[in-house]
Amino acid sequence: MIPLLGISTQALFGQLLLGLINGAFYALLSLGLAVIFGMLNIINFAHGALYMVGAFCAYFLLNLLGLNYWFALIISPLVVGALGMIIERTMLQRLAGLDHLYGLLLTFGLALIIQGVFQNYFGSSGLPYAIPRELAGGTNLGFMFLPNYRSWVIIFSLIVCLATWFMIEKTRLGAYLRAATENPALVRAFGINVPRMVTLTYGFGVALAALAGVLAAPINQVRPLMGADFIIVVFAVVVIGGMGSILGSIVTGFLLGLIEGLTKVFYPEASNTVVFVIMAIVLLVKPAGLFGRTA
Amino acid sequence: MRTSIAVTALAAALAWAGSAAAQNKTIKIGSLSDQSSLYADIGGPGSTLAAQMAVEDSGMTAKGWKIDVISADHQNKPDVGVSIARQWFDVEKVDVIVDVPNSGVALAVNNVVKEKNKVFLNSGAGTSDLTGKACTPNTIHWTYDTYALANGTGTALTKSGGDTWFFLTADYAFGAALERDTTNAVTKAGGKVVGTVRHPLNSPDFSSFLLQAQTSKAKVIGLANAGGDTTNAVKQASEFGITQGGQTLAALLLFISDVHALGLNAAQGLTFTETFYWDMNDQTRAFAKKFASKMKNGNMPTMVQAGVYSALLHYFKAVDALGSAEDGAKVVAKMKEMPTDDPLFGKGTIREDGRKIHPAYLFQVKKPSESKGPWDYYITKATIPADQAFRPLSESECPLVKK
Repeated sequence: MIPLLGISTQALFGQLLLGLINGAFYALLSLGLAVIFGMLNIINFAHGALYMVGAFCAYFLLNLLGLNYWFALIISPLVVGALGMIIERTMLQRLAGLDHLYGLLLTFGLALIIQGVFQNYFGSSGLPYAIPRELAGGTNLGFMFLPNYRSWVIIFSLIVCLATWFMIEKTRLGAYLRAATENPALVRAFGINVPRMVTLTYGFGVALAALAGVLAAPINQVRPLMGADFIIVVFAVVVIGGMGSILGSIVTGFLLGLIEGLTKVFYPEASNTVVFVIMAIVLLVKPAGLFGRTA
Repeated sequence: MRTSIAVTALAAALAWAGSAAAQNKTIKIGSLSDQSSLYADIGGPGSTLAAQMAVEDSGMTAKGWKIDVISADHQNKPDVGVSIARQWFDVEKVDVIVDVPNSGVALAVNNVVKEKNKVFLNSGAGTSDLTGKACTPNTIHWTYDTYALANGTGTALTKSGGDTWFFLTADYAFGAALERDTTNAVTKAGGKVVGTVRHPLNSPDFSSFLLQAQTSKAKVIGLANAGGDTTNAVKQASEFGITQGGQTLAALLLFISDVHALGLNAAQGLTFTETFYWDMNDQTRAFAKKFASKMKNGNMPTMVQAGVYSALLHYFKAVDALGSAEDGAKVVAKMKEMPTDDPLFGKGTIREDGRKIHPAYLFQVKKPSESKGPWDYYITKATIPADQAFRPLSESECPLVKK
């Protein structure tokens, strides 16, 4: 055990690992935002609210229909994805071609409405959701006790992140998507239904949020404001990573989780603000974000 | 023409007389709370409801009083709380502010109330400074305070063997006060505090802080926080096997809404101090059932909401005796003079420093197997008599206390 800056390296390892796990949530959420922004040019402020709806969906599936966590992991993103597609078709589509601000205001309003409705019916302290039996308990790693559920979160979200990156950057479907953002008229001329693709992309982006919501349900309380507390940080992650950069949002998500984890050890009072300090610095030095391409 | 002028003049005179009479016999109550964030279930809309129920049950309307209840959201920001309070006093002519969870906001509002000579019946905020160095002739601290919590839980756990403590403290006025008061109680009982970590208000993740607490090897981990912060910390503590590792988790401030949100599986065994539980006697049960039937989410009343109800009933008695709610300090003086007696907290008194005195209870959360159903959550472990539950006047820093 070599002490480093007042704390043992063992304790430090533990803290880094925990930071990485929180980073997994940042990565998943910011990934959805980046996909939506990159492909649709919409700043989706409803992302946090839909993340919360995903968690509530898991709660309802368990308590009303008796479907456990594993079903929720599949059904909840599908339900929320469908909801997202309805939102896109009925509302967001009308804003196509307008300034970013309109989309931002619309989604922000939606988020407030959704949260308000949930809060009206469920209060603010939230509802309990237990860790699935298969993942209960933990492993003693020597330097810390790691709950099995947290290991699952980090592995699962890493797989989802990489699969999404691969799909968008390396497959034909992803190529269509990227082309459609560059020049929708030309892609349409090739016989590809661009509006439908946009709807599906939005649905996919918010499904990722719902997935993160289900993952978070056993760790946090299922609360109406669970997303509102989170979304601001996640936006900072996206800005630091570079708006719309897929890889950027994943790497930055994990990285900021780590930095936040370290802050919690050395100066816990600042752990909620450190992300924004970094954001300010990045914006000053590299305004397009760490992975952003300057236009 | 002449008659119509006369009629108009008469009508105007009557209306004026009417409004003058009404002005003397009106009370406006402002329920200032966190309506939408982490403390909303502790006070929030439930406190407004409790205030309305107090108005109905007081029989004041039958005696010719006209009473209004209004509410606002202070968003846990002292500056927002202060500007609402000022607007209420100056424009809305509010006579009394109730609830105000969040000690930071309560301390700020405390000053405004004194400046405007109105009344502050605090139920939601915990800091014992409200009856300590920040005490005023216009404020009564009704339900609980950090000293009572620290004294109840801190002393009991230290004496039963938990003699080393590590604190997870919410980084604002309330957390600091609770930590300070508990540290005093622990040291007095022969224990020692080995470490503290101060976390920001409204933290979603406590794993890092819990790990630090785990590494400290302290026997007791004291949660000097409240509401959503406490529930998240308790839930994640069970995830990280804190209690299985032999450490005791002490939620220094826990409300029934928190236990309900956690579920008995995660909350079982927690020991904590409160001054009210809905299932104590027939009167509390009757109140609670009526209250729950009017709540949108069907929640039972927390001690904060019960405190709003009880404090207002006593306030009405004092105002009725004086015949006016105009002079805040006078009303509070009258309230201190009269012994208190209400269905929820029983008989009690209000001390010169503004501290309401009643018993406190050491509760423990039931195991799922012991609970008969929703809201059947507490076992009473000990009753701390009224004269021992709160800070003795001899230790008070309140300038109102004559020594």
